[in-house]
Amino acid sequence: MTRYSTLKLLLLLATATAIPATLARDWKALEEDDLHDRSNPAVGILQEPEEALSVLAPDSAGNKVNWVEAIRQGQIKPRASLYGDNPVRQHDTDVVMKNTLDLPFVLFPHKAHNEWMSCEMCHETLFRSVRDGNAISMERILEGEFCGVCHGAVSFPLTECNRCHSVLRDAVPASISGAVVPKE
Amino acid sequence: MKRVIKTRRLVLLAIIVLPFAVAWAEYADVVINMQAEDKGMSPVIFPHWFHRVRFQCSVCHVDIGFKTKAGASGITMDKISQGQYCGACHNGEIAWSAENCDFCHSGTPGLETGVEGGHKTAGPGYY
Repeated sequence: MTRYSTLKLLLLLATATAIPATLARDWKALEEDDLHDRSNPAVGILQEPEEALSVLAPDSAGNKVNWVEAIRQGQIKPRASLYGDNPVRQHDTDVVMKNTLDLPFVLFPHKAHNEWMSCEMCHETLFRSVRDGNAISMERILEGEFCGVCHGAVSFPLTECNRCHSVLRDAVPASISGAVVPKE
Repeated sequence: MKRVIKTRRLVLLAIIVLPFAVAWAEYADVVINMQAEDKGMSPVIFPHWFHRVRFQCSVCHVDIGFKTKAGASGITMDKISQGQYCGACHNGEIAWSAENCDFCHSGTPGLETGVEGGHKTAGPGYY
């Protein structure tokens, strides 16, 4: 085998290993998480994250759990109220945000959010329900405002650019801007 | 020539090893230590992941009234005993009661109040 083909083989091996490795999910045990006090009697009684999370729909970033999928696949059914008797009003429209410099437009799906929370979680505190009525910017999001209140440690992290900036710029008619797009 | 090959091998090794180095899942645990240690208790570790498996976000953040900013809610044991905040569930009815001190006050002494990871995550970049 020539030196060139050895390198090629190594590169192939590296790529083949790196892709599943990014999808690999490693769970720190409570006593290794740098938060829990190992001498505390509760460590050993409290549920370990791996037991609860490793069986849920996988994600490549953040919590390593795709929480929207976990609900849709019926793996979990988080209650909508303390006593489970107050279902959340469902709202299924997409909002397209076009003020994205030269990046792909942002598509905000109400449904995926609504499956996890009631309207009051965001409206009218974090977001006004007015078309083009919110001065959202990446700078403010990265400082923990707007989407950045949850997206980071709790919901998928802000390094996942394409999951929000998901609409090619020529795919949306000029008439739609900051618009609520009803689903068929 | 040999040095070039070595450098390439190092880069390849990095490609193989790096993903493993950043593969830890984030839990978004909240450290609550506004008063605990001042009053002789260990800091509280609140596991977001455990609770969201069971309840939607708005149950705690809208209905019960937990703010979405660590340290901003003004939680006290008095209020919990009166059925507010954690006490809305941890009352021996929906979940185990607040008499199990260690279950919540399980943090290493000296921790500061905050969300682990926050909106600034552990990787791959700063955010």
